[in-house]
Amino acid sequence: MNTTISMQSLINFFLAVVFAPLLIGLINRTKAWFAGRRGQPLFQLYYDLAKLARKGAVYSRTTGWLFRAGPAVGLAAAIVAAALVPFGGAPGLIRFDGDLVLFAYCFGLMRFLTVLGALDTGSSFEGMGASREVTFSALAEPAMFLALAALVRRTESLSLSGIYAGIDVEVWRTSPALLLLVIGTLVVVLLAENSRIPVDDPNTHLELTMIHEVMVLDHGGPDFGFILYGGAVKLWAMSALISGLIVPGHFGPWCGTLSGVLCMFVLAMVVGIIESVMARLRLLRVPQLLVGGAALSAVALMITLS
Amino acid sequence: MLGILTGIIILLASGFLALLIRGRRLWASYVGAGGVVAAAVLGVVSSARILSSGGVESLRLAWALPLGELHVSVDALSAVFLLAVFGMSGLSAVYGIEYLAPYGGRKPLGVSWFFFNLLAASMVMVLVARDAVLFLIAWETMSLASFFLVAFENERAEVREAAWTYLVATHLGTAFLLVMFALLGRAAGCFDFDRFGELKLLSGNMGSVLFILALVGFGTKAGFMPVHVWLPEAHPAAPSHVSALMSGVMIKTGIYGLVRVLTWAERPVWWWGYLMVAIGLTSGVFGVLFALAQHDLKRLLAYHSVENIGIIGTGIGVGLIGMSFDLPALVVLGFSGAFLHVINHAIFKGLLFLAAGAVLHETGTRNIERLGGLIKSMPWTGLAFFVGAAAICGLPPLNGFVSELLIYLGAFNGAKSMAALVAAPMLAVVVGLALIGGLAAACFAKAFGIVFQGEPRSEQAAHAHECVGLMRVPMLFLAIGCALIGLFGPWVVSVLAPAVECVSGLPLSSVAGQLATSMRPLTLVAGCGVVLIMLGAGFALVRWRLLRHRSVSTAVTWDCGYVRPTARMQYTASSFAQPLTALFSPVLRTARKAVAIDDVFPGHSELETHTPDVAGEFLFRPIFSGVGALFSRLLWLQQGRLQVYILYVAIALVTLLVWKTR
Repeated sequence: MNTTISMQSLINFFLAVVFAPLLIGLINRTKAWFAGRRGQPLFQLYYDLAKLARKGAVYSRTTGWLFRAGPAVGLAAAIVAAALVPFGGAPGLIRFDGDLVLFAYCFGLMRFLTVLGALDTGSSFEGMGASREVTFSALAEPAMFLALAALVRRTESLSLSGIYAGIDVEVWRTSPALLLLVIGTLVVVLLAENSRIPVDDPNTHLELTMIHEVMVLDHGGPDFGFILYGGAVKLWAMSALISGLIVPGHFGPWCGTLSGVLCMFVLAMVVGIIESVMARLRLLRVPQLLVGGAALSAVALMITLS
Repeated sequence: MLGILTGIIILLASGFLALLIRGRRLWASYVGAGGVVAAAVLGVVSSARILSSGGVESLRLAWALPLGELHVSVDALSAVFLLAVFGMSGLSAVYGIEYLAPYGGRKPLGVSWFFFNLLAASMVMVLVARDAVLFLIAWETMSLASFFLVAFENERAEVREAAWTYLVATHLGTAFLLVMFALLGRAAGCFDFDRFGELKLLSGNMGSVLFILALVGFGTKAGFMPVHVWLPEAHPAAPSHVSALMSGVMIKTGIYGLVRVLTWAERPVWWWGYLMVAIGLTSGVFGVLFALAQHDLKRLLAYHSVENIGIIGTGIGVGLIGMSFDLPALVVLGFSGAFLHVINHAIFKGLLFLAAGAVLHETGTRNIERLGGLIKSMPWTGLAFFVGAAAICGLPPLNGFVSELLIYLGAFNGAKSMAALVAAPMLAVVVGLALIGGLAAACFAKAFGIVFQGEPRSEQAAHAHECVGLMRVPMLFLAIGCALIGLFGPWVVSVLAPAVECVSGLPLSSVAGQLATSMRPLTLVAGCGVVLIMLGAGFALVRWRLLRHRSVSTAVTWDCGYVRPTARMQYTASSFAQPLTALFSPVLRTARKAVAIDDVFPGHSELETHTPDVAGEFLFRPIFSGVGALFSRLLWLQQGRLQVYILYVAIALVTLLVWKTR
């Protein structure tokens, strides 16, 4: 590992931290374009974050220290996860064998804190959202591990950076089915974990139908800013797993990063298109979607086993 | 060695002394617990010394029994388990002083302490015994002592029922062990463990038979599915410090026994590892699923013990597969993950049971649906439970993550292997652990969120107070332990190397070499943990700076503008778990009793759900009722008349005489 590569990793990490909110803006602009609206500005989330940082806070009387600590630690977990992801052909800022487990469990920690924050309010709505969140994530987690296990098997590497360094045009040529299936699983997991349609609708207005949004109803001010920003970083980190497969890098450091960022933007637009062309599933159907997503990777694994 | 034997003597002496003390005061508790603490300090120091030196210390004495001899020894494998036993015994004893205080006037506490100390002493004896006869005596003493401890509140019918279930289960398990040791003894010509090891008696078809016997016998104590049925009965019935000790360390003696037997294997047959992985994953997934469906806090924790024993079993399975296929990475990672999880589970499950006990002590109920908001009235207990819950879910930066990471690493290492025979079970391990992790997070979000957060759901919960210092201190120690192992993972794992060497049969240098490759991940995980904590603290500081001069007010929770919210409108534990329990209803078979609302104006209505244990209900109940029916056919033998019984004795004697003189 020479210094230029670690430099690129550092730059990639800053790109993740800086451009993450832009992905949300892109998704929303795509949805607006599909609906024939002008839509909110591309940088709306940045304005929102700036506004929230300037606000005071109103807390529910029922809540305690966990409610206040949760968003800060959750954001920290998302940033640590972002530091593990390889991007644009360069390894992640931190890399070691088994970092993919830490990657998944960082989001586990973030989710655990959000769920406990929701239950801290004693609100029935938030309890309902929390209950759905833990149900879907318990199914999404094995799906993600299956997808990563298929990649581990293909590239014979145990770290995210090693896996993505091992994905190149040659892998696409020899086992395209495997990669396509894995991408399929990762897209399902991405949509479920980041509360997008068809699992959750971030724009819904009725508390009873929300999943993620309802859990953070009682958060406000800087806390809510942390949650929104943390969600954006999570979206970036998980999308990077997909873009790393689609654009395998190896174009040299700068081209790699540039193509990676472009791929991320395209991916955000694809998410926007998915959100525009389909309605969200009935809650009872979501487990079927997640198990179906896991099944894709199970098939991919069978390909590698044979 | 001397320190550990002195520890046993202190435990027994203080137990007997506590038994002699009568009266209402707590002197019996002070004597009993004092003895345990003294023995614990001595034992922890000596076993840590043996573990760090990597040596083996043993002692042989002659004794008067016709079979066996008094042969005790401590090697690294014993030392790992001894650390957990001594540590947890001392901490739960300190907690027990206050916990038992309310019973002081009504019950002879000396008896309880006698059995507590006897349990601790017999567990130590089980771990150091190197002779089958001595081992079985210690094993049986352990079972009986814990039976009497479970039956502490024997005036309650359900406690008697639970203690009875435990007694039957543990003896059925012991029966398998008796057969196993008899076979081993016949093959070796003596009952010495060292001899079993030298002869490598676990090989060939006989080895597989012995392995199955050990798996059932020790698995019953450990709580593998489906022979786990006593755990969810006995743990809620026992006093909480006893639950912590039993769930934290006593069930681990089953794991110890299994691993000890495995050290006598030449080379495990390939399907042993498969079977271990299958049993481990079944226990893990089903344990956590049944935990999700429970309303009783301590019962929920008991099912989580089944889950964690499953994770430990999975780690052992990974190690076994590694041994059969000559993959040292799997051996070292699987076994070191399993051993670390033994210690970790002792810490966080002990912590959780102690915290649940504090809740029970202060509110008088274990029913999750009647609790709520306790973190405000019991901040220390709440913090302790939170740390324990996050650790048991395997969340970074706490200790549960480190041991699960080791098992994951082993499984991923196997998954990339070209041999499909290795890769397939390892992929199952990866997916199984991920599913267990997700479900455990759901279950502990429920346990912590409903019990400690929100508003109190009953009078008892509303009037709870924080428990006293003596109960708080052990919880605090254990919570700190969770964080320390999480942050000093690499160091702890390197200490475990001699124990892995013991079971794997690999030379220490190869174990250490293999562990060295996993040092980098562990060090970086610890580093990431520190970064995570610092970043979190940094963001909290930013938040504090931002809000310092601004208006921070409080209001009611958002309720859509409803005028009169009540605590009863909160989401309940059952409703929180409902999506998952509904999804897995074919396995859980929750019984549901509801009064349907069919009026235009709904009036009184009720809903009751109960999730009986699937193995108890559909496997053991039919077997036992079948056996009962079979034996009831022999009831005509029991006439109730003395003359008939004397006739039986006479017939038996004559038959024996005829048989002998034949």
